[in-house]
Amino acid sequence: MSPLDNIPYLEKVKAHRPWPRAIVGDDGWRQAIEYLATGRCTLLGLWGDTVNVHMALLGERFDGIIVLSYACTNGHYPSVGARHPPAIRLERAIRDLFGLDAVGAPDTRTWLDRGFWDVRHPLGKSGPAQKPAPYIFLPAEGEGLHQIPVGPVHASIIEPGHFRFTANGEHVVRLEQRLGYVHKGIESLMVGATLDDAAKLAGRTSGDSTVAYAYAFALAAETALRIEAPPRAVYLRALMAELERLANHFGDIGAICNDASFAIMHAQTSILRERTLRAADAGFGHRLMMDVTVPGGVARDIAADGIAEIKALLAEARHVFPRLVELYDNTASLQDRTVTTGIVKPDYVRQWGAGGYVGRASGRSFDARRHIGYAPYDRLDFEVPVREDGDVNARVWIRIREVEQSLKLIDQMLAGLPAGDLRTAVKPSGEICEGLGITEAFRGDVLVWLRLGGNGRVERCHLRDASWFQWPLLETAIEGNIVADFPICNKSFNCSYSGHDL
Amino acid sequence: MRKTLFESLTHGVLTEPAPAPDEAGLAELAQSLNRAARARLGRSLSIRQVDAGSCNGCELEIHALSNAFYDLERLGLRFVASPRHADVLMVTGPVTKNMREALLRTYNATPDPKWVIAVGVCAVDGGLFAGSYAVAGGVQDVVPVDLHIRGCPPSPTELLKGLIALLRQTSAKTSAR
Repeated sequence: MSPLDNIPYLEKVKAHRPWPRAIVGDDGWRQAIEYLATGRCTLLGLWGDTVNVHMALLGERFDGIIVLSYACTNGHYPSVGARHPPAIRLERAIRDLFGLDAVGAPDTRTWLDRGFWDVRHPLGKSGPAQKPAPYIFLPAEGEGLHQIPVGPVHASIIEPGHFRFTANGEHVVRLEQRLGYVHKGIESLMVGATLDDAAKLAGRTSGDSTVAYAYAFALAAETALRIEAPPRAVYLRALMAELERLANHFGDIGAICNDASFAIMHAQTSILRERTLRAADAGFGHRLMMDVTVPGGVARDIAADGIAEIKALLAEARHVFPRLVELYDNTASLQDRTVTTGIVKPDYVRQWGAGGYVGRASGRSFDARRHIGYAPYDRLDFEVPVREDGDVNARVWIRIREVEQSLKLIDQMLAGLPAGDLRTAVKPSGEICEGLGITEAFRGDVLVWLRLGGNGRVERCHLRDASWFQWPLLETAIEGNIVADFPICNKSFNCSYSGHDL
Repeated sequence: MRKTLFESLTHGVLTEPAPAPDEAGLAELAQSLNRAARARLGRSLSIRQVDAGSCNGCELEIHALSNAFYDLERLGLRFVASPRHADVLMVTGPVTKNMREALLRTYNATPDPKWVIAVGVCAVDGGLFAGSYAVAGGVQDVVPVDLHIRGCPPSPTELLKGLIALLRQTSAKTSAR
């Protein structure tokens, strides 16, 4: 069933591509909430836009996407979170940024605005800042409970965020996250930016996924402007996306093992990660491949010696990685830490629409490369690994299997790399146009929604990281585990702070 | 495991020679270090990294400093978990308004003598994020900075150059003033 079926709407928006956008009234909005609450579709995103709220929905069988828009009256809209908890944090963010209130929302605390900005509701009807109400963490009641506050500055080289643990001895009774520390106001900087500047900002939403973000942004811009990147650029972008996935998965597999004090794995996968970044640098002139993917195509061609470097990387990875996998599989003391630790329930993964290895380790097979099938993945041969066990171990194995698939994909891309142009000319269309782009980053699907003005400048851009639907599941995964296992659980999720906080 | 260990012994050392110190960094540092501090610290520095709002790109490259190719610890440099144990704060990002206070508190928790290294172009003046309602500015707008290592993100080699320049200065026998 397409999510649009049976949702009453007032009007379809003509300039929205490639999926439909419909303006709905109360009845349509409430029907969508009903579908979400009963699992007939998945929430892909919920964001504000001056006095409107938009939600993106994905069909139950990943078959079809639609954006629904609701015009708020007096700054109010019916809360989605009231019946569908995955929307709660999104609604809190919308309120902080736009001043739009979700009527009936179960949680009205702030989410991004911590009282340090000079303005209130910076993206909506802005006004002078007000002193915020004290932030009250959710209660946990019982005998012998104590709280452990952690962060925002953490003990290792990671991003800032606050974790409030309530524990009984060693066991975690409740974890509550408080994020927003690295909120940079990216969506406000996007407003009025040229496409090139906006692409740079998109590429710095989450540095570890710079390719995936620039890619989704480019797809959104191209579909809005009805242009297509040349075939060579289509392949080069996907090649960079797979190199990015390899680098991150290598890093994560080692880092997870390192959190179980198994340092040799970390040392070995760090070598593979470094070799991946060096191959990327040789091929595209930047270790993280920032700013190479641009609207219209790619900013530069792959260097001739870059292809040789990437082939050498593939050979090395195929030589070394299987041994490391064997080492992981045969080390009982390591498995003791990862098996049955931090289990995410399949029901939650479905309800939250969690993507990436978090979803796929708990039985949700969604992978944007497969189910949306954007080029060139629609013509390449790869499998999407899925497991049901949902623990740290499963998230390690999903990454291992995805490394193997990425190697296979890169083979095919190098073999089939088309010749020809690198970039299609990008010209303003002279009218307002909108595009939605979705790509599969290493941690899950990235959504970019874009509205361009007739002059080609950005009117509104929303970027939604996969972490929005993964962070809350980390809270559920740690429950009943011991405090000392939090780092390994957290690493197995490796959610983005910057991508979430924006 | 045996195979992996054996091959590690036979394939030779991956660690590469350390680069020469960054000249611009040396000049910047010459102004900020005094003789007493050099005498006290010798050739070893403990670093506390603080992400004050970065996109996480800089963190990835700072992490890479610990891999076999760069092997930071051979130079007497190591990352520590608490600002109380640190000589150096390595700060990334435009400083967001939401992180400003946490950065200040971390700075105040670091014992003297201490140095602050601002890493990445955003840390200089906010970079692409300058002018946002949510950004306080570069690192030096919040705490005093002794050394800037630019780049988006700086490569591990560029980071090493800056760190070696800092080490040179802290361990120099004579004053540069």
